[in-house]
Amino acid sequence: MLSSEEKKIENEEVEEKTERQSPEFGHSFFRADRAVPAIEFKDVRLAFDEKVILDGVSFKVRKGETKIILGRSGSGKSTTIRLTLGLLKPDDGEVLINGEDITYFSESQMMKVRENMGMVFQEGALFDSLSVYDNVAYRLHEKDVEEELVREEVERMLQFVDLEEAIDKMPSELSGGMRRRVGIARALVGEPNIVLFDEPTAGLDPPTARTICELAIKLRDIQDVSSIFVTHEMKNLDYLAQEYAIHDEEGNIVFEEEGERLCLINTEIIMINEGKIIFEGKEEELRTNRDPYIQKFLNGK
Amino acid sequence: MNPLKKFIYELQEITFLIFYAFSGLFSKPRYLSESVKQMDLIGVGSLPIIILTGFFTGGVLTLQSYPTLEYYGGQSQTGQLVAFTLIRELGPVLSALMVSGRIGSAISAELGSMVVSQQIDAMRALGTDPYKKLVAPRIIALILMLPLLTVAADVFGILGGGVVANNLFGLDYNVFLTSVRNGITVEDIIGGVIKPLAFGLIIGSISCYKGLSTTGGTVGVGRSTTNAVVLSSIVVIIIDFFLSRGLQHILDAQTIS
Repeated sequence: MLSSEEKKIENEEVEEKTERQSPEFGHSFFRADRAVPAIEFKDVRLAFDEKVILDGVSFKVRKGETKIILGRSGSGKSTTIRLTLGLLKPDDGEVLINGEDITYFSESQMMKVRENMGMVFQEGALFDSLSVYDNVAYRLHEKDVEEELVREEVERMLQFVDLEEAIDKMPSELSGGMRRRVGIARALVGEPNIVLFDEPTAGLDPPTARTICELAIKLRDIQDVSSIFVTHEMKNLDYLAQEYAIHDEEGNIVFEEEGERLCLINTEIIMINEGKIIFEGKEEELRTNRDPYIQKFLNGK
Repeated sequence: MNPLKKFIYELQEITFLIFYAFSGLFSKPRYLSESVKQMDLIGVGSLPIIILTGFFTGGVLTLQSYPTLEYYGGQSQTGQLVAFTLIRELGPVLSALMVSGRIGSAISAELGSMVVSQQIDAMRALGTDPYKKLVAPRIIALILMLPLLTVAADVFGILGGGVVANNLFGLDYNVFLTSVRNGITVEDIIGGVIKPLAFGLIIGSISCYKGLSTTGGTVGVGRSTTNAVVLSSIVVIIIDFFLSRGLQHILDAQTIS
């Protein structure tokens, strides 16, 4: 976990480094642009008519970090993701993507920003009228990429989510878990460096949910993707905050648990309640938090 | 929201929708194949019902007006009356109503369920502008296809009128057609083709707007589909009156002077 060294550095120090931009930091992890958070919310407020959804939410997602957003249904978790993508605009506050303030970007400006972002929707949100192949290839078809390259990329992505056999099926023929995985494959085409998961495991059986969490871990640890993972399932939290993926001697990807002595620092948790962040920190800190709402959320009673 | 405020708000939103859809035409990517697909669905797909509507409307016009014309000894003018009514009014309006029932409902149901199942969001997240990809091809297809459908309705209406006049009242086809040819002017035909251009825009923009503004799950899809058909039909009929008045001013003024 090379990236961990860099991530320990306090923000101010890192910001100094941005100014220097010296070539002696040859390693990619020390490139100046890594200091800029991938996603940043500054005091974001949003209300629909009278109902306040987000009330002064501020947080940062650093490069290569996974932020897990916990909260009950309707607490504003999904809204956070929609704001990140610019599908919604905040009433007040700022949203920054890779240091760029996108709050007042027009739709056409947003299109450029979204090229580096992938989103996995709750139910997959596959296009019903297109086959799995066309769904995954959507982004490439829009850019008029040569069909040969498209097929190569689609096959690679479907292999990543372990669904090569479904390539010619229509979305209606897929199970819920398969739809979700096709959704992930579609989101990952073009290798976005920010991936947003909106309750990707809701309503799935435990093994399938585990597969989806493994994909998210692989993205975080192997592909160095920054992500927001919205969920209300505690099992996901265990997987994402306690396990990491590395290559073993033979080059295969294996998952290992962090154990007692390690602490994954590229995964943090935010808990939202009634539009406010009530907790932000590591999983270990969450477990030991005394707040009655958090305890109730963790234990269900 | 009070009704007046809601009306102004919706008018504003529909205007924006038309603006976005058309401003997107001048930049890449252009979804030409999507437009052709929609033209096929809207134009070719609606042809059977339009032909039937036109044929029987022409027939019933003859059926109802022939006895009266005969009373005044003007039965040879039946063709003129049928053609004039069809080309100026019934052709454009009935075609628009049929298309708004068949296509308007389909558009708003399709877009509505895409909204509800987050496919529109997914499309935007993948970097595609839904106004360009979904709205513009549909509106353009409607604007181009509705005049053609109207012409088909007119032609088959006149045919229907002729068949009824010949078979039920024994009027010679030649007499009927001569009065059609003498009775209608180029201005009638121009007016009859300008109207469906406007109706196509109305049906397309209202149905797309209603579809895209769907909220509240599957029930919402049903609601917006109904709203799309009702609203576009009513607007078509209201606009038809003002268009007729306007066209009278522009086209007939030349003939009189």
